[in-house]
Amino acid sequence: MAEKIVNAGRLIVRYKKLLIGVIMLSAMVIFCVPGMILYPVDPRAIIFRDLQPPSSTNPLGTDVFGRDVLAQLIHGTYNSFRIGILAGLIATLIGIAIGATAGYFGGIVDDILNLVTNTFLVIPTLALLIVIASYIRIRSELMMILIIGATSWPWTARAIRAQVYSLKAREFVDLAKISGLPRHEIIIFEILPNMLSYIVMCFTLQMAGAILSEAGLSAIGLGPTALITLGMILRWTIVWEAPRIGTWWWFVPPGLIITLIAVSFLLINSGLDEIYNPRLRRMR
Amino acid sequence: MLRVENLTKIFRTGFLGKGEEIIAVNEVSFLLRKGEILSLIGESGSGKTTVARLILKLLRPTSGHIYYKDTDIWDIPSKTYWRKIQAIFQDPYASFNSFYKVDRILKNVFKLFPDKISEEEKDRKIYEVLERIGLDPKEVLGKHPFELSGGQMQRLLLARCLIIDPEVIIADEPTSMIDASMRVILLNILKELSNKAGKSIIFITHDISQAFYVSDRVLVMYRGRIVESDSVEHILFSPQHPYTKRLISDVPKLHEKFKFTLT
Repeated sequence: MAEKIVNAGRLIVRYKKLLIGVIMLSAMVIFCVPGMILYPVDPRAIIFRDLQPPSSTNPLGTDVFGRDVLAQLIHGTYNSFRIGILAGLIATLIGIAIGATAGYFGGIVDDILNLVTNTFLVIPTLALLIVIASYIRIRSELMMILIIGATSWPWTARAIRAQVYSLKAREFVDLAKISGLPRHEIIIFEILPNMLSYIVMCFTLQMAGAILSEAGLSAIGLGPTALITLGMILRWTIVWEAPRIGTWWWFVPPGLIITLIAVSFLLINSGLDEIYNPRLRRMR
Repeated sequence: MLRVENLTKIFRTGFLGKGEEIIAVNEVSFLLRKGEILSLIGESGSGKTTVARLILKLLRPTSGHIYYKDTDIWDIPSKTYWRKIQAIFQDPYASFNSFYKVDRILKNVFKLFPDKISEEEKDRKIYEVLERIGLDPKEVLGKHPFELSGGQMQRLLLARCLIIDPEVIIADEPTSMIDASMRVILLNILKELSNKAGKSIIFITHDISQAFYVSDRVLVMYRGRIVESDSVEHILFSPQHPYTKRLISDVPKLHEKFKFTLT
């Protein structure tokens, strides 16, 4: 029994980055998903007095329109998560498709795809996002997801390409070839499963990046107008100059939650990296 | 069986192949006869594995041709060709995909055959071949590769070849990563395959003593070229090329202690 506790303790110490990250992320998820049921206040309803500091009726006060900040925060976090997951998924899938194709086929295919990837890499993403977002007239959640997903894949593509490039030189790939397996089966069933851990890590980074991109885009006024997201809350605080009028309960919490989400994803990523890549484990 | 003519492979590096050139295989020609074991000896980087990959249609030659029964191998449909030419590779640990059980690599080969084969038929064939090379099917099937020893894995890969029942087997340093005690067993299986089943085998190695043990003829490769090719006896007792002489003098002798001389 005592041994079990010691072992569990050792595991916690070894994987503490991952553990802290997972706990933080779970806290965020618990905050928004059951939160919507436990705190059933309509985030859009203008029913309170405006700019009230935290009180027993409004735990985080109200905004300039007299809407409940906590309710907005709960729904905003939920929507930001949804955008982050979907945009991250799109970016990861594009990255895998392009990276795996380039890495596996090599030669001229690789040269061309590499050129495209590198071009996307050198264009500052936020600038590109601003240009795209300002040209497109539709301000919907779907548009947001597509824009972020379609611009943030290059790093994943590079990472996946490098992995596939090294894995395809392994002998099991040659054996699969001379067993007559078609190329797409070799990529999907022989090579990709061997880098699942890597793909999961890319996905966590992509989600963090997508949530931050959403916040950045929405904060400068290019977000989905009809939706409450963390970025959109920040947007309203900027428009109404919340920092200047000192309504801290309005602008501090969304910024804090964005930071916590990004940090928790980064901790999970770095923790997973330590598990899958033992060389990164710190000497004790 | 196989005729290799002026085979050359040049690797290019850099964007659109505009970088450095590496000549891996340079004007290599040789003949592989039915039922013989032909050894290809050379140091690391001499191009022997590239020759193997060219013969296996895993690489396209820069120039030159390989003929299987007088047809250029690139004119033969790949699946048909791979039913006739198979290989086992150097590293058994890298030959298995650690994601799957070992059964998969044995079952995958049935994809080379055009007609549908029932699961029972596949299992029967697998059992038969495993027993033929002295592996207990119950001991190896249903396991993950990391649960098996290098020797078991290498024999499984040989079993994989035998399920396909090819006419030519390319064995690319098959013994270099397994226990010394397993080596002779593997070499004896190869010898038996050529003597009894009439398979042609290209045995690639850097160990000249193993080449002498199994093969009839020996090709010595050095820096992408074949510098010597002759019967085992000739090469062993009257080597011509300085590299071959060095190879032979470097073999540790069973009856001699190591003498260290300062020159």
